[in-house]
Amino acid sequence: MTETAARRIRVVIAKPGLDGHDRGAKVIARALRDAGMEVIYTGLRQSPEQIVAAAAQEDADVIGLSILSGAHLPICRRVVELLRERGMDSVRLFVGGIIPSQDIPELKQLGVTEVFVPGASTQDVVRVIEKGVAVGA
Amino acid sequence: MKKVLEEQESVPRPAVRDTRFTTISGRALEPVYRPSDTAELDYARDLGDPGQYPYTRGIHETMYRGKVWTMRQFAGYGSAAQTNARFKYLLGHGGGGLSVAFDLPTLMGRDPDHPLSLGEVGKCGVAVSSLSDMETLFEGIPLDQVTTSMTINSPAAMLLAFYILVGEKQGVGPEKLAGTLQADILKEFIAQKEYIYPPRPSMRIVVDMIRWCTQRMPKWNTISISGYHIREAGATAAQELAFTLRDGIEYVQWCVDAGLDVDSFAPRLSFFFNSHSDFFEEIAKFRAARRIWARTMRERFQAKNPRSWMLRFHTQTAGVSLTAQQPYNNVVRTALQALAGVLGGTQSLHTNSLDEALALPTEEAVTIALRTQQVIAHESGVANAADPLGGSWLVEKLTNEIEAEALEYFRRIDAMGGMVAAVERGFPQREIQESAFRYQQAVERKEKIVVGVNEYVMDETPHPILYIDEQVAGEQVARVQALRRRRDNARTGRALEELKAAARGTDNLVPAILEASRAYATVGEMCDALREVFGEYEEQPIF
Repeated sequence: MTETAARRIRVVIAKPGLDGHDRGAKVIARALRDAGMEVIYTGLRQSPEQIVAAAAQEDADVIGLSILSGAHLPICRRVVELLRERGMDSVRLFVGGIIPSQDIPELKQLGVTEVFVPGASTQDVVRVIEKGVAVGA
Repeated sequence: MKKVLEEQESVPRPAVRDTRFTTISGRALEPVYRPSDTAELDYARDLGDPGQYPYTRGIHETMYRGKVWTMRQFAGYGSAAQTNARFKYLLGHGGGGLSVAFDLPTLMGRDPDHPLSLGEVGKCGVAVSSLSDMETLFEGIPLDQVTTSMTINSPAAMLLAFYILVGEKQGVGPEKLAGTLQADILKEFIAQKEYIYPPRPSMRIVVDMIRWCTQRMPKWNTISISGYHIREAGATAAQELAFTLRDGIEYVQWCVDAGLDVDSFAPRLSFFFNSHSDFFEEIAKFRAARRIWARTMRERFQAKNPRSWMLRFHTQTAGVSLTAQQPYNNVVRTALQALAGVLGGTQSLHTNSLDEALALPTEEAVTIALRTQQVIAHESGVANAADPLGGSWLVEKLTNEIEAEALEYFRRIDAMGGMVAAVERGFPQREIQESAFRYQQAVERKEKIVVGVNEYVMDETPHPILYIDEQVAGEQVARVQALRRRRDNARTGRALEELKAAARGTDNLVPAILEASRAYATVGEMCDALREVFGEYEEQPIF
């Protein structure tokens, strides 16, 4: 119990798909690190398989996906599927990027904890991740 | 006299809002500018009339009296047939030129059935996998009557080949084709990250294309050296200017080193800048860009042809400034940014649509964006006189400051051994990353106000958006697979082998790419052939 409380939140920030726009991913990665989390940034063009494998290897509490290309639904579907297959149900999934509000209910139904759209502050992201991990623990 | 002084002293200091008066790039501004701020400016040497060296005030004597800028709206989504319809719509509504947005699989040299193409086919642009799709894309559009800009970089040579071959089928030779190929690979390493091969072989492809187009396509802009993506990634105005122009220098240097005469190709180099929200800083940036480029071409490269000195550029308003919140506010942002581009003397302009922080734009949103340009051109009166802000103490001072900052970056990058070397060390990448983080912090501390985001927030209902049918992906996969069955595969295979052989040697790659394209090799197959020879680039994931 004490061990869990003292443990820093471990986050894998990933850029899935073919999109290379990494400004948001890097700003978020740095803000989470500054907020005391352990952040692993995968770099660009990671397949869902690579992302979930990285999360398993890093014993991550959280996966943050940055998607600006419109591919969020198929990619999230696949990531959730892989997390289930590997029994990694406790890993919280967050998504940020160009996400139409109409798609947010479907993403949440898939199992995405929260979706951040342009304009979200890094402080909000930090708070929501901390809360999401606490609920999951 | 004494009494007056006493009275003045007793007057309290005028109230000033409690904020830092800086540009969006963090540049401090004085409360007022005076003639003394620009005292060192020599009109003939530093400004010149529009159309006169160093072109600070514009590259044409008559500017928009001669011709207003080209209203060039970037478009592409779904299948080639869908985008063909959008092109015809834009041409029918006063759009002056076409600008093709390709989807990510095309941009990254992958076929639609590659695993990494999952969810990306036809999403942020049109899917063009082979010459066959390009034929559909331009069906019914005579290529000798339009100018076309193609935003494509790593596989630029393949898409150029497709375009040339569509022209050939229409009976329009390459010498008659007018338009622009982006083909700016350096800014991909720096900002947008749509690279495939390592920097040096990537540069060789660019030089090959410039050489080929210089000989065969006199009306074609061989490259569009782009600051747009550098700015979107978080650069300041001066960094956008510095890295873009230094990229330009790098391309010129590589072409000169490859034996090309500077005046043979430099007139067809073009530029592409962002027009961001800080009005005067942007106008100053455009003016500084022309002056720096003119002097660089004349002094550093000894170009003799005035056309080599002239910096011609396209402008796009800042996508990154658009907010998902209260999307109609984006119309106003875009109008101001577009006005800055016009006052800065742009040759062509794309205005973003109000819904682009949410999705690709709807037809209605695209129409408002185009109308915004038409209102500026025909109602505001700003197109009547060239460089209307020339001589403004503020704008001239900012022009000088941004120029000085850019030249300082030139010195640092030259000292590193040029832009390719600087990119390999991650220098511009890190500078941009720092600026992006600083700006985000400024917004979160409310030092910078973003209307509807960190101030003037309200509850909203979802905005209607354009949905790209998930069916597009399946159909595109089927089209490519049918093509692979239909074509003469022995011929395609031979052409791909010849492409590899050319890549291993030093021959120009364009003829081999034309031949493979003619044999209906796909973008993915041609890029794979080059991947085999050149390898793939991977950047260090740093943040």
